[in-house]
Amino acid sequence: MIIAQQKSIEDIAKTVEGCKKILLAGCAGCVTVCLAGGEKETEIMASALRIKSRLEEDPRTIVTYTATRQCDPEYIEAMAETVKDVDAIISLACGVGVQYLAERFPDKWVVPALNTKFIGGSTLHGIWEEKCGLCGDCVLHKTGGICPIIRCSKSILNGPCGGSQYGKCEVDPDTDCAWALIYDKMKALGKLDKMMEIQPVKDWSTSRDGGPRKAIREDVKID
Amino acid sequence: MNYLSKLQQILESGQFAVTAEIGPPKHTSVEAVRHHADIMKDYVDATNITDCQTAIVRISSIATGVHVKERGIEPIIQMTTRDRNRIAIQADLMGAYSLGLRNVLCLSGDHQKFGNHPTAKNVYDVDSIQLIQLLKQMRDEKKFFSGEEIKQDEPQFFLGAVVNPFADPFEFRVDRLEKKIEAGAQFIQTQCIFDMERFERFMEMVCQRGLDKRAHILAGVTPLKSWRAAKYMQSSVSGMIVPDKIIERLKAAEDPKAEGIKLCIEQINYIKEKIKGVHGVHIMAIAWEEIVPEIVKACGLYPRP
Repeated sequence: MIIAQQKSIEDIAKTVEGCKKILLAGCAGCVTVCLAGGEKETEIMASALRIKSRLEEDPRTIVTYTATRQCDPEYIEAMAETVKDVDAIISLACGVGVQYLAERFPDKWVVPALNTKFIGGSTLHGIWEEKCGLCGDCVLHKTGGICPIIRCSKSILNGPCGGSQYGKCEVDPDTDCAWALIYDKMKALGKLDKMMEIQPVKDWSTSRDGGPRKAIREDVKID
Repeated sequence: MNYLSKLQQILESGQFAVTAEIGPPKHTSVEAVRHHADIMKDYVDATNITDCQTAIVRISSIATGVHVKERGIEPIIQMTTRDRNRIAIQADLMGAYSLGLRNVLCLSGDHQKFGNHPTAKNVYDVDSIQLIQLLKQMRDEKKFFSGEEIKQDEPQFFLGAVVNPFADPFEFRVDRLEKKIEAGAQFIQTQCIFDMERFERFMEMVCQRGLDKRAHILAGVTPLKSWRAAKYMQSSVSGMIVPDKIIERLKAAEDPKAEGIKLCIEQINYIKEKIKGVHGVHIMAIAWEEIVPEIVKACGLYPRP
């Protein structure tokens, strides 16, 4: 899922300076699971903004709406009525949700409440880790199910580099070296011979380097 | 046989090679570079020119290499894959070749986090092993990285790689060396050796597999000026092992610099005489370039061929 984290209340408030009526739009998708922008977080942020406006004697009306998903036009349609008379929308969705709202409500000032960080999962309650580099050409079948594209700080395909020591990455002693993990996994699976194959230079055109990507499924497309 | 460089000629004629290192400056004056080149000139066969080492912005390795070459030393251009994509790497190296530079050392490079631009974006379009393979392809098959034909005058580099016997997993370090040789590495320089026992174990495995016959391995050494320098390398430089006894020895010394030089000479002599499969020494006298001639002489490696 997409992992996001809230910006500071000060930073969010700055983006809506001068707006008197503000909609806080939550999302019940990924950002609910990673505790950043679900219904609960939306209500808490609304309270914080209301308190701030009272303390600063800057009267503002804060309304809330949490969509099932902001990355789907049919789920944002339901907030159209609420949006009508607001000056700004603060979206607590990932960057996709913010853009869907900005596109659907072109005359409204739409701003993000979150920093969209990465795609990954939770390893412990309150800890999320990045797991996929979204390269568009999965190599996990070659690397024992561990992604070197994003989990190696150099994204190398023929690791581990000379900075791997005691199983950790040179960049951060708290980060596992992805290639040390891959080595251990391949060893355990009796597939160390795979580590001897030279992985060729990668085709990054399937990654973000090819510009914004599109996925098309002709079999399910409705024109 | 036509040799690609003097370094190749020395190594392939079976002589024990000596290389050193010159770090480009963080400003545009190359006076110190020229000075260091003049000092080392008669004592080394070639010098590495580092490529923004520890990710600190400096004069480029290629430009510095040209200055060094003008002073009469053959440079080994370090090329990291951190800052350039495959387009820039090929463009820069073809330029380097046109300027008369003949040795390239392929590395992935220190992560930008360690340098003076930690908020930079890194590239890593290719990794060090792929870089070796693709430069070999340029030379031997006259093809760009993409496979497109190079119509005339392809770059003909003598290709080097690095190996760090002190990184983990230890068993895989020999495998990875084999991958680099398989990719096309003709000479190999090692990380600074302080843990001689581990290096010996590493070289035993290298020789068992016959890798010393397929590429020329140059053992990396670094003369230490003080116990603090040793301690710093032990605790703050990733991929290094510095045994406590080295720190203790420098601490106990009346003249730590003299002791550091003595230690380095002992290491080189030991490597030369006792460790099989090593074809040369790479002296990384970091911020102490002037000491290289004294060490080379004391090890009986002077005059150079």
